[in-house]
Amino acid sequence: MSRHDYFSTRIKNVSKASFTKRIIFSFFAFALLTALAIFSWKWLNKQPTEQGALKPLRTTLETNEKIFKSTFGENKLSKTYTEKDAVKNVRVNGRIGMLDSIDVNAWRLQVIRAAGDTLKLSMDDIKKLPKEDVIFDFKCIEGWDQVTHWAGVPLKTFMQYYHLDAQMKMEYMGLETMDKKYYVGIDMPSVLQPQTILCYEMNGKPLPMNQGYPLRLIIPVKYGIKHLKQLGTMYFSNQKPRDYWAERGYDYYAGL
Amino acid sequence: MYLFGVKKVIKKHPLALRWFHWINFPLLTIMIWSGLLIYWANGVYKIQVGDKTIVKFFPDGFYKALNVPFHLAKGMSFHFAFMWLFIINGILYVFYTIFSGEWRYLLPNKKSFKEAWQVLLHDLHIRKYEPPQTKYNGAQRIAYTAIVLMGIGSFWTGLAIYKPVQFSWMCWLCGGYSAARIEHFILTIGYVLFFLIHIFQVIRTGWNNFQAMITGLEVIKPAKQNTTTHEQA
Repeated sequence: MSRHDYFSTRIKNVSKASFTKRIIFSFFAFALLTALAIFSWKWLNKQPTEQGALKPLRTTLETNEKIFKSTFGENKLSKTYTEKDAVKNVRVNGRIGMLDSIDVNAWRLQVIRAAGDTLKLSMDDIKKLPKEDVIFDFKCIEGWDQVTHWAGVPLKTFMQYYHLDAQMKMEYMGLETMDKKYYVGIDMPSVLQPQTILCYEMNGKPLPMNQGYPLRLIIPVKYGIKHLKQLGTMYFSNQKPRDYWAERGYDYYAGL
Repeated sequence: MYLFGVKKVIKKHPLALRWFHWINFPLLTIMIWSGLLIYWANGVYKIQVGDKTIVKFFPDGFYKALNVPFHLAKGMSFHFAFMWLFIINGILYVFYTIFSGEWRYLLPNKKSFKEAWQVLLHDLHIRKYEPPQTKYNGAQRIAYTAIVLMGIGSFWTGLAIYKPVQFSWMCWLCGGYSAARIEHFILTIGYVLFFLIHIFQVIRTGWNNFQAMITGLEVIKPAKQNTTTHEQA
């Protein structure tokens, strides 16, 4: 008979009294643990919120960020597609901070290098930099995805061209729409990722108004919420810049 | 021999397995609930024949009854916190099952598939014959092993959706991002079906079997003693 024979190794005789005792003890322990689980659940749901998420869950999201930042490789590229894979009807999502009309001649990208030191750039300044196409699977935090075709200047190239070397060493970049009603913060490694572009073309044509004309961010390593449209202001910080959806309970990092 | 005042019992479920089982229950419930909050934001799946929708995942009434709408952020914050506990509990269970030798009673063997069929016929009252079993019958071996594989599948497809760029190879093995999302969803539907059948079978099998999941001991009734003796031979 082998050591693992089910019946030979597991059958035993117990007195009825000790069996009853075992049942009472086990069920008591089970009830106690159930009560503890319910109590813990209620405790968790009664915790104060931090930026729209329960404090312990916010802390966990931040811990997850630290863990998954360690798997982030700046040169780990998103899969790219060919032009014919890209959809013609690009989904429009999010109108917060969007203006109905913009005078592109008056428009300037305000790059705040430091307090009181702002670089103002026209669309022509940006368009003269080398243009890159990015065709990738755009992922919305809601759960849908679409292969879309964008073009613009890589943010890294842009920052190098304008000698933003000191700023590149900071932890975060903050971006705001022209009316400052929508705003995001992005960690610098994701900003410097080669597929991250300041985008002014979609499907080979200038960006439509509802897709962020004249200039938007395309950052394939993040959910769509970070791809800010109608870019107005860029700034740098070692603290997390304010972020519209992170203030409303979402993960700040939102990295893919 | 059946002595007065003495019960013959079998040590059915080791304490560790009972812990893993009962901890998994609320964790999986929270994962499914928070997953539903996330899924709602792009709740597009349905079963369709031609132009006719057979099942919509999910009808508005279902969402409203469970207070699902507009809780995407909440769903994500719960899902990405409780995933750790769910994964850790799952890993501990698998390691325990391997190192304790319990896998011998869990994994399906050559006989299990034939036996599972016999169990099915018996449970549906088509045949009287009930195949002999040790801890689990063939149908249980298959179901309880499948649920472990499904857990691994949820972990894999989940990570593929969560970090599709950093773990692009995992996403690729799922057949892409949107395929991974569908697979993750189907596995969840699988848990719900498993749960319904599991509850039904536990109720049907009765108290002695159920209490063993809490106390660990199952009472061997005198009549059953013969079959077990017979089987040992």
